[in-house]
Amino acid sequence: MAALINVPAKARRGDVIEIRTLTSHIMETGFRHTVDGKLVPRDIITSFTCRYNGAEIFRADLFPAIAANPYLSFFTVAKESGKFEFEWIGDNGYSSTASASITVE
Amino acid sequence: MSVWHAIAAAALFAAAPALLAGEIPPDARRSGYSFMGPDTRAMQDDDTSNPGMLFVLDGQSLWTKKSGSAEKACADCHGDARSSMKGVAARYPAFDNALSRPVTLDQRINLCRATHQQASPLPYESRDLLALSAFVAHQSRGVAITAGDDPQAKPFVAQGRDLFMQREGQLNLACTNCHDDNFDKHLAGAPITQGQPTGYPLYRLEWQTLGSLERRLRSCMSGVRAQAYDYGSPELVALELYLMSRARGLPMETPAVRP
Repeated sequence: MAALINVPAKARRGDVIEIRTLTSHIMETGFRHTVDGKLVPRDIITSFTCRYNGAEIFRADLFPAIAANPYLSFFTVAKESGKFEFEWIGDNGYSSTASASITVE
Repeated sequence: MSVWHAIAAAALFAAAPALLAGEIPPDARRSGYSFMGPDTRAMQDDDTSNPGMLFVLDGQSLWTKKSGSAEKACADCHGDARSSMKGVAARYPAFDNALSRPVTLDQRINLCRATHQQASPLPYESRDLLALSAFVAHQSRGVAITAGDDPQAKPFVAQGRDLFMQREGQLNLACTNCHDDNFDKHLAGAPITQGQPTGYPLYRLEWQTLGSLERRLRSCMSGVRAQAYDYGSPELVALELYLMSRARGLPMETPAVRP
C-alpha cells in the first residue's frame, strides 16, 4: 500500500530529527454493522515498527480507535548515515514496508 | 462628463459580469481552506501529512497500468500527466459534443475507459475512480478555475444555478440560504463556508477517506432532509458545473483536506 514518509535527507551528528509516516489503511473498527445488521469484521493495523540501520528505535501498537490512514510522528537522534525501515503489520496477514535514507555529517 | 468618459464607463460596466442577487462578488470568493483551523490547514499544506496524497500516489500507478481488453493505459494516449493533465480539472465539468451535455471528470474517466480502453466503468466513489480523478486534478493544483466558460455549457450552468437557489427538503432550505447568505457564521459548531469546490476530490476527516463533490452535495441534501439525486444524475452534474463556475478564478487545491 501507498505510504508517505518524511525523513530529513541530511542531518548533523547528534541532531534530534522528526520522522513522520502516513500509510493507507481503512482501519475498520469491527464495531460497525452493515444496513442488514451484519457485523463488519475488524481490519486494522496492529503494530508499527521503525528500524534505524537494523536497530529498532520506535514501536507502536495500534487499536480500533485509531482513524483510517494512520499518521505517526516521532523523534530520534541522528547518529550515522544509513537507512530507516518502516513496517506496518495488521489483521488478515496485512504487511507493508517502506524505507528512507539519511546522510549524517 | 465628456463623451470619452461615458464610453469608458460604459465599457467598464459591460466588462464586469453582471452579478445576480445574493451572489458573492469575485474578490470576496474564498476557498473552504480559509474557514479551517490551523491544524487542518497544516495537514493540507504538507504533502507528507495530507492523506489525500495517498490516493494521488495510487492514481499515479493506475495512470500507467494497462486496463481493459484494449490493453491500454491512460499514459499510452495522454503521456506524462504533469503536462497533458495540467489545468484539465480546472475546466471540468466540461461540455461533451457527442453527448450534448456536460460531463464530470469522473464521467470523463469512465467514458475514456469505455471507448479507448474497452474496460468496465469504475463505480462512483470507488477507490480506483477517486484515486484517478485525484491524480488528474492534482496536476491542476494552483490553476485558476475556468469551468463553465464554454458557451455551450451556459444552459447547464443556469440549470445548476436554479437548483442552487431552489428550496428543498423538510427543512425547506436552498444551498444559497447557507452558502451565499450566511457564510462565516456557524451551524452547530461547524463554520458555514461559501461552498467553493476548489479541492475535490478531497479528504474529509469525518469520512476518513477521499470523496467526490457529488458525495458532498448528497450529504448536504440529506442534511436538509431532501431526497438526494443519484450519482451522475444530470441535476448533480449541473450543480457541480454551477458551483465550479461560481468559484471562477479560485486556484485548485486537490487534494484538499476538510474537517
